[in-house]
Amino acid sequence: MWALGILAVFYCVLLFAGFFAPYDFAAQNRDMPYAPPTTLHFVDSQGRFHFRPFVYDPQKSPLLTPLNEGDSNQAYPVRFFVRAAPYKIAGVFTSHVHLFGVDEPGRIFLMGSDAYGRDQFSRFLYGGQISMLAGLLAAVFSVSVGVLAGGIAGYYGTWIDEILMRGGELFLALPWLYLLFAVRAALPLHISQWEVFLLLISVMGLIGWARPARLIRGVVLSAKNRNFVVAARGFGASDAYLLRRHVLPQTYGVLLTQMTLLVPQFVLAEVTLTFLGLGVGEPMPSWGALLSSLQQYSVLSSYWWMFLPAILLIPLFVVFYAAADALQELNRSVLL
Amino acid sequence: MRYLARRSVHALLLLFGVSFFSFALLQLSPGDFFTPMDLNTQTSSDAVDALRSEHGLNKPLLVQYGHWLQSAMKGDLGTSFAYNSPVAPLLAVRARNTALLTMISLILAWIIAIPFGVWSAAHHGGWTDRAGGVVTSALATIPDLMLFLALLLLAVRSGWFPTGGMTSERFADFSFAAKVKDLAVHLFLPCLGLALASLAPLIRHVRAAMIEVLDSPFIRAARAQGIPEHRVLLRYAFPVAANPLITLFGFSVAAMLSASLLVEVILGWPGIGPLLLEAILAKDVFLVIGAVMLSAIFLVIGNLVSDALLVAIDPRIRLE
Repeated sequence: MWALGILAVFYCVLLFAGFFAPYDFAAQNRDMPYAPPTTLHFVDSQGRFHFRPFVYDPQKSPLLTPLNEGDSNQAYPVRFFVRAAPYKIAGVFTSHVHLFGVDEPGRIFLMGSDAYGRDQFSRFLYGGQISMLAGLLAAVFSVSVGVLAGGIAGYYGTWIDEILMRGGELFLALPWLYLLFAVRAALPLHISQWEVFLLLISVMGLIGWARPARLIRGVVLSAKNRNFVVAARGFGASDAYLLRRHVLPQTYGVLLTQMTLLVPQFVLAEVTLTFLGLGVGEPMPSWGALLSSLQQYSVLSSYWWMFLPAILLIPLFVVFYAAADALQELNRSVLL
Repeated sequence: MRYLARRSVHALLLLFGVSFFSFALLQLSPGDFFTPMDLNTQTSSDAVDALRSEHGLNKPLLVQYGHWLQSAMKGDLGTSFAYNSPVAPLLAVRARNTALLTMISLILAWIIAIPFGVWSAAHHGGWTDRAGGVVTSALATIPDLMLFLALLLLAVRSGWFPTGGMTSERFADFSFAAKVKDLAVHLFLPCLGLALASLAPLIRHVRAAMIEVLDSPFIRAARAQGIPEHRVLLRYAFPVAANPLITLFGFSVAAMLSASLLVEVILGWPGIGPLLLEAILAKDVFLVIGAVMLSAIFLVIGNLVSDALLVAIDPRIRLE
C-alpha cells in the first residue's frame, strides 16, 4: 500500500509543478546551454560551514574553472518560498511563490539545462504534468471503451460478443507500436499542441481497450448469472438498471487494477511517440520531448545529465507496478 | 488437417482485418501526400487533382480498398508517393533486415531464458531464484527506450561498436568471412538490446511453467526411482513444460516486432522501423499500409511456426 501513497504524493507534486519548479518551463538562458547540474555547497572558500546551502554562478562554477585566489566568485544562497515568475496552479489560480530559488542573476539547475539553457528540473516537473496526464486520461479512455465493449459483449452475448471479441483479438495480436504508428499516421501532423495532446490520448486509448474489455467480459459473464441478478431481473428490472446497479459494480476491482497497469504503459507510449517526433512538440515539455535531444550523438555522449529524466522514470515505474500488485492483492482478498 | 485449415482461415481474417482497418483510418484522415502541393501557389490545383486521380485518391473508400486488395493479391502493394516506386520491393529489403534482426534476437532471448528459467524453477525459493527474480523485475521495469539509449551511449562512448547501419562502407570488397564478421559486429548491439528487452517475461514464463510441472506426481515418481535430477529436469519435466512456452513463442514475436521498431530507429538499423517513421511523416499512405501489413504477416508466420512446433514436439496433440 505504500506504493499508492507514493503515487499520490507524486501526482500532487506534479499538480503543483509550478510551485516546486524554480523556473518556467519555457524560460530560456541562451548564454547557458547544457549547463551541468548545479552543485549545492555548504562550505565556502574560507572553509566556513553554512546551514543554508548556496550555489555559484553556473558559468563561473568551480566545476568548470578551477577556483583561483581572489576570484570574484559570487555565491547565491538558496532561498525558500521566493517570489519569482508567475505560474498557474491547475490552470486556474495564479501564484508567484516558488518552493526554492536563488537571487538574480544566479541560476539553480538541479538537473542541468538543455540546449536553450532551460532548467531541466522545471521541465521535468512540467513535462510530468503532460506525460502523466496523457497516461491517466488514455487509461481512463481505454478502460471506459473496454467497459462498454466488454459489458455489452458479456451481457448480451451471441453475435455481438463474437464480433467485439474477434475485433479485440486483432488489437491484442498486432505489435502495439506498429498499431500506434498506423493510427498516428492517420492523423494530421501539423495541428495545435492541445489537439495533438488530445489525439495522442485517443490514439493510445483506442489501442489499449481490448485487454480490459476481455477481463470485464469475463467478470460480467459470471456476474449476470449470480442469483441476486437473476432475482432482480425476475422483479422486472431493465437491462440498463441491472448493468448499472448489479453487474458493473462487480467489475470495479478489475478496473482499478487495470488502470494502474495501463497508466505506466501509456506514459511510456507517450514518451516513445514524442521521442520519435510524433507527439507533443516544442515548447511544450513532456518526458518524451526531454529525451528526444538524446537522439543527437553529441548530446548523448557529452552531457550525461540529459539522461537524468530517463533514470528518474525507472523508480516511478517500480512504484506503479508495486501499486498494481497491491491492488490485485486487495482485490483478491475482497473477492474471497 | 482441419486444425491447420482453421488456423489458416484465422490468419487470413487477421490480414484482411488489419489491411481494412489501416486503409480506412488513413483514407478517412484529413489531408494526404499531395496536400502540401495544394498550398503551393506555383502548382495549379488542376495538376494536383490530376495526380490524385492518377493514384486513385479521389475515389470512394471502398472502391479504393477493392483496387488495393485486388493488386495486393498479385503482390503489388501500390506505389510509394515519396519514393515514386512500387512499395513491395522497397519493403522487401527492409523486411529482410528486420527479419534477420528479430530472428537472431528471438533465438538469443530464448537461449538465455530457458536455462535461467529452468535453473530458478529447480532452485525454487533458494537465494539464486530470488536474486534472479530481482534481476528480471529490474529488467522488466527498465523502459525499452532507456535500454536502447544506454546501448547507443555505450557505442558512442566506447567506439567498440558501430553506431548504426548494417555494413561498413567497403562491404562489397570484403571476403566472405570478413563480410560475416562485419555483419555480426553491426548486429551485436541491436540484437543485444532486443533480446534484453524481451527477456524478462520469457524467463518468468519458463520458470512458472517448470514449477508447475515439477509439482506433478509423475516427477515425484521419477525422483523416487532415483533418476538423476538433471535428467528429471531436462528429459522429464522440460518437454511437458514446453507446451505453453511454444504458444508463448508465437506471442513473443509481436512484442519483439514492436521493440525492433524502436531499436531500429535508435540504433540505426536499416529495417522497417526507420522507413515506417519516414512514411508516416510524409503521409505516404501505401508505404504505411504495406509496413503494417508486413508486421501482421511476420506475426502470422510466427504463430504458424509455433503451431507447427507444437505439433512436432507434443505427442498429445494429434492432427486428425
